[in-house]
Amino acid sequence: MKIKLLAFAALGALMLQPLTGTPSVAQDKEVRVGFLGGLSGGRGIFGKVQKEGFELALDHLGGKIGGLPTKYVVADTQNKPDVGRQQMDKLIKQDKVHFVAGITWSNVLAAVYKQALDNKVFLISTNAGWSQLSGKRCNPYFFRASWNNDDTPEAMGQALQGQVENVWLLAPNYQAGKDMVSGFTRYYKGKIAGTTFFKLGQTDFQAELSQIRAAKPGSIFTFAPGGMGIALIKQYKAAGLDKTIPINTAFVVDYLTLAAFGKSAIGNRHASFWDPTSINPANVRFIEDYKKKYGKHPTMYSVQGYDAALLMDLGVRAAKGNLSDHDAIRAGMRTANINSPRGGFQFNNNHNPIQNYYLREVVAGKDGNPTIVTRKTVFRGHKDAYHTQCSMTW
Amino acid sequence: MELTRLKSWLLAIGFVVLVAVPPLVTALDETFYITLISRVMIFAIAALSLDIILGFGGMISFGHAAYLGLGSYAVGILAFHEITNGWLQLFVAIGGSAVVAFIIGAICLRTSGIYFIMITLAMTQLLFFIGISLETYGGDDGLPTDRSEFAAFIDLGNEWILFYLILGFLVLCMYISWRLINSRFGMVIRGCHENEARMQAIGFPTYRYKLLAFVISGSMCGIAGFLLANLTEFVTPEFMHWFRSGEIMIMVLVGGMGTLFGPVVGAFAFLLFEEIISGFTENWPVIFGPLLVLLVLFAKQGVWGLLPKSKAGDG
Amino acid sequence: MSTLLVLEQTLNGIQFGVFLFLISAGLTLVLGIMNVVNLAHGALFMMGAYFASTFVAWTGSFFIAFLLIIPSSVILGIIIEMLTLRPLYLRDHMDQVLATFGLILFFNEGVKLVWGVDPQPMPTPELFAGNVEIFPDAPYPVFRLFIIGVGLLVAAVIYFLIAKTKVGMLIRAGASNTQMIRAMGVNIRFLNTFVFGLGAFFAGLAGLMAAPIISVESGMGDEMLILAFVVIVIGGIGSVRGALVASVIIGVFEVVGRSMLPIAMQKIFPLEIAQTAGPAIASMLIYILMAGVLFFKPQGLFPARTG
Repeated sequence: MKIKLLAFAALGALMLQPLTGTPSVAQDKEVRVGFLGGLSGGRGIFGKVQKEGFELALDHLGGKIGGLPTKYVVADTQNKPDVGRQQMDKLIKQDKVHFVAGITWSNVLAAVYKQALDNKVFLISTNAGWSQLSGKRCNPYFFRASWNNDDTPEAMGQALQGQVENVWLLAPNYQAGKDMVSGFTRYYKGKIAGTTFFKLGQTDFQAELSQIRAAKPGSIFTFAPGGMGIALIKQYKAAGLDKTIPINTAFVVDYLTLAAFGKSAIGNRHASFWDPTSINPANVRFIEDYKKKYGKHPTMYSVQGYDAALLMDLGVRAAKGNLSDHDAIRAGMRTANINSPRGGFQFNNNHNPIQNYYLREVVAGKDGNPTIVTRKTVFRGHKDAYHTQCSMTW
Repeated sequence: MELTRLKSWLLAIGFVVLVAVPPLVTALDETFYITLISRVMIFAIAALSLDIILGFGGMISFGHAAYLGLGSYAVGILAFHEITNGWLQLFVAIGGSAVVAFIIGAICLRTSGIYFIMITLAMTQLLFFIGISLETYGGDDGLPTDRSEFAAFIDLGNEWILFYLILGFLVLCMYISWRLINSRFGMVIRGCHENEARMQAIGFPTYRYKLLAFVISGSMCGIAGFLLANLTEFVTPEFMHWFRSGEIMIMVLVGGMGTLFGPVVGAFAFLLFEEIISGFTENWPVIFGPLLVLLVLFAKQGVWGLLPKSKAGDG
Repeated sequence: MSTLLVLEQTLNGIQFGVFLFLISAGLTLVLGIMNVVNLAHGALFMMGAYFASTFVAWTGSFFIAFLLIIPSSVILGIIIEMLTLRPLYLRDHMDQVLATFGLILFFNEGVKLVWGVDPQPMPTPELFAGNVEIFPDAPYPVFRLFIIGVGLLVAAVIYFLIAKTKVGMLIRAGASNTQMIRAMGVNIRFLNTFVFGLGAFFAGLAGLMAAPIISVESGMGDEMLILAFVVIVIGGIGSVRGALVASVIIGVFEVVGRSMLPIAMQKIFPLEIAQTAGPAIASMLIYILMAGVLFFKPQGLFPARTG
C-alpha cells in the first residue's frame, strides 16, 4: 500500500515538471571554461601535460579569456567514458561553462561530444583524434587543437614514400591502431613487408621483433602510445635491430617520453605537427615560460592544450564579449588567428587544423643527452582525409 | 531476514527523497544531480546484484562488470542495427547476461576460493578483449548509441523520465532480491555460504543452486548495463574493465556485505564521495586508497551494517 | 615460416615465461603459504621498478641498485604487511582483495606525486647490453638471457629455502596448521612478516629486471598482476614448481600463439579478417588456456598439498 502511494507521488512529481526549454540567462559578463582531462591513474600522464599547456596559456592571457573575468574549472574523466560524460554534464549544468577543452582518448571523446553539441557548448579536443568527428559527425560546436588520428602517420607515410622500400607496420589492435595504419598507407605507396597488430597494452615485443628480423624489411613504422611505445623502442634497441632496420614512429617519441628513453631514442625518426626548434617568437616564449613554470621541456600535447585556451580567447574577442553570440564566437575561432607555438594554421570545414607536419629526429645534444631536431617539412597545410565526409561548410 | 523498524523507515525516507530529487534540483537549478543520481542508482543495481552471490552466496566474483558490459552492448548493438525497441533491448540484455552468466558460472563454480576469484576475473578479461576487437561496433573507441524507445509516454530523452525509470528498476530489483533471499532458495544459498558440505549432506544439489543464483545475479546486473547504456548514450568495452569489477565490489563492501540494501547505500556513498573528492584534487586516489584500507580494517560491516540489527536476522 | 624462426620464437616464449615466473614467484609464496590475496603485488613490482630507476640514476650501477632494492622492497613490504594485511589474515579473501585494491590506487597515484607523471628512465646495464648469436643471423639480447638466469636462480633459491632450511620447515608447518605451530611456541606473526617481506623482495626484483625493457610508469603493475594471477592459478596456488611450469607453458603458448596464429589464419581466411581476428584471438589465448585448465583441473596443474 505504502509503495502504491509513493508511486502515485512519483507520478505527481512527474506532472509538475516544467516545460523544457533553455532558461533565459541574463547576458554573462564572466567566461566559464572547463578543462575535462583524463588526469588520475596510470594513463593520466597525457591529460596532465595538456592541462599544463592550457594553464600556461591562461597565464599568458592574464587569467582573462577575451578580456573578461574567467572562471576556470577542472574535471577528471579518469579516462573512463561514462565518468567523462558525467563530468561533462556537471561542467555544463552546474558550472554552466561556455567552453570545454581537454580529453585524451577517442573513447571518452566519443562519449561526450554529443552533450556539448546538444547544450551548445564549444568543445575543443586537446588530444583525442577520433576520426568520426572529422567526418560524418563533424559539428559546429566541436573544434580540434590537435589532429585527426590519421594525420600524423600520413605525414610519416609521405616522408618515407620513395625513401625506403618494404616497410613493416606495427600497431596495437584497436581502432586508433587501425586508423594509423590506414593513414600511413594512404601516402606510402611502396611495398608493405607485413603488418602486425599486437595486443593493446602489450609490453613484451620480442616475438614481434624476431618475426620482423626474419622478414628483413627495409624499415619499420610503428604507432604505440604510452608504455607500449617505450617498451617497444627499448626492446628494439636491445635486440640490435637498430643496426639493420631503421624504425619510424608516430606518438611514441616526444619530449613527454624522451627522458624515459634516454639514449636509446637517438636516431628515431617520427612525424609531428609541432616543430620544437622553430624560432617563431610564440614558440620561443611558449617553451621558455613552460620551462620556467613547470621545470621541464613542453611536449606536443602541451602545445595542444595551450592553443585551446588561445582559441577560446579568440572566439570571445570576436564576439566582443557577447557570450550568447555563438555565431560570432565560432566565426572568430574559425579564423585560427592565434599565436600558436606550432606557427600559423587554418581550420578546415570540419574544424580540423590544416597545418604543417614535420619529420623530426632524435639526436644527441651538446651534452650528449637526446634532443629533438626537425629534419624537414613533410606537409605544408595538410588536410585530413575525412573533411570531404563532413557536410559543414562556411 | 527481517528489517528493523529503523531500517524500514530509512528505506521509505530514502525512497521519498529520491522521488523528490528531480523536481527539487530543477527548482534549485542544479539539474546535474539528476544525471549524477541516475548513474549512482544504476551502480546501486549492479552492487545489489553482486551482493546476492557475494554477500549471501559467498561467491567472490571479481568479474561482475562483464554483465554491465553485456547489458549495455545489448542496447548498443541492437540500436546499431536500428532495433531501438526498448522492451526487446531489455529482453536481450537480461537474456544475454543470463546465458553468459550460465556459461561462465558453469565453468567457474567448479572451483572455489581464490581460484573462483581469479577465474571470474579471467572470464571478464576475455569479454573485455572481445569488446575491443568488435570493430563493427567501434571496438575500443566505443559506440555512441541512442536511447531505447518505449511506448510514447516513456520518452527516455527526457532526463526526468529516465530518472524515474531507473528508480523504478532499482525498487523492483530490491523487491526481487528481498523475496529471493527470504525464499527457500535464498535459505539454501545462504546455507551454502555457511557450510556447503552440510547442505550437500542434507541433500541439496548445491552446484545447481549456486549456478542459478549466479545467473540471477548476472541478469540483474545486465539490467544495470541496459540502463547505463541509456544514461550515457554510449557503450564501450571499458565498462568491463577489471577495475570496474573492483569498484562494484567496493560499493558492496562500503554498504555492508550480505545486508541486501547495504550495497545500494554503498553505491551512493562510493560514487558521491568520489564525485566530491575528485573536485578537490586530481590526485584523489592517494586519499581514496588508504580510506578504503581503513574501511576494510575497521568498518567491515559497512554503513548499513552499522545500524542496529533486528533479532531475527542480519537485515 | 622457417624452422629457425619457430625455434627462436620458442626461445622467446620460454624467456617470456621465465619473466612471468619472476613476477609470480612472490605472489604464489604469499598466496600459498599465508593464504592472502595480495593485489598490491603489482604495486610492489612497480615500486621495484621506480626504486631501480632512482638507484641507477644515483649510483649509475645496476648491481648497486640491486643491492639497494633488497632492503627497500623488503622494508616497503613489511610496512604494508604490518599496517594493512596483518589484521586481515583471519578475514575472508574479499577483505584482502579490497584492502589491497586500495593500495593499488594509492601507489599508482603516489608515484606520480613523488616522481612526477613522466615515465622514468632505466637503461640496460652495460654488461648485458650486447647480443649473442644463438641462431644464425639472429642476435639475441644478452639481457633476456640474464632474465632467464635470474628467474631460474630465484626458483632454486625458493626451493632450497622452503625444502631445506629450518625457516622453510616452519613456513611449511605454519601453512598447514597455524594453530599447532603457534601452540609449539613459534612466533607465527614474525613468520608471516618474513614471508611477506620475501614476497615483496621478489616483486621488487621482478621490477628491477623488467625496468630496462618495459616502461617505468604509473600503473605498469596492473596488467602484470593479472598475468601473475593467471600463472599461479594455472600452476596451482602455493606451488612454486607449478608456477614455474605454468609460466613457461603460458609463455610459449602465448608467444608462439600470437606469432603463428595470424599467419595460420591467413591461409584460411581473407587477409583483412585474419589480420584483425588473429591478434584478437591471440590476446585472449591465455585466458582461454586458463579456463580450459581450470575446467578439467579446478585446483590447477600442481595442486599444493597444503590448502
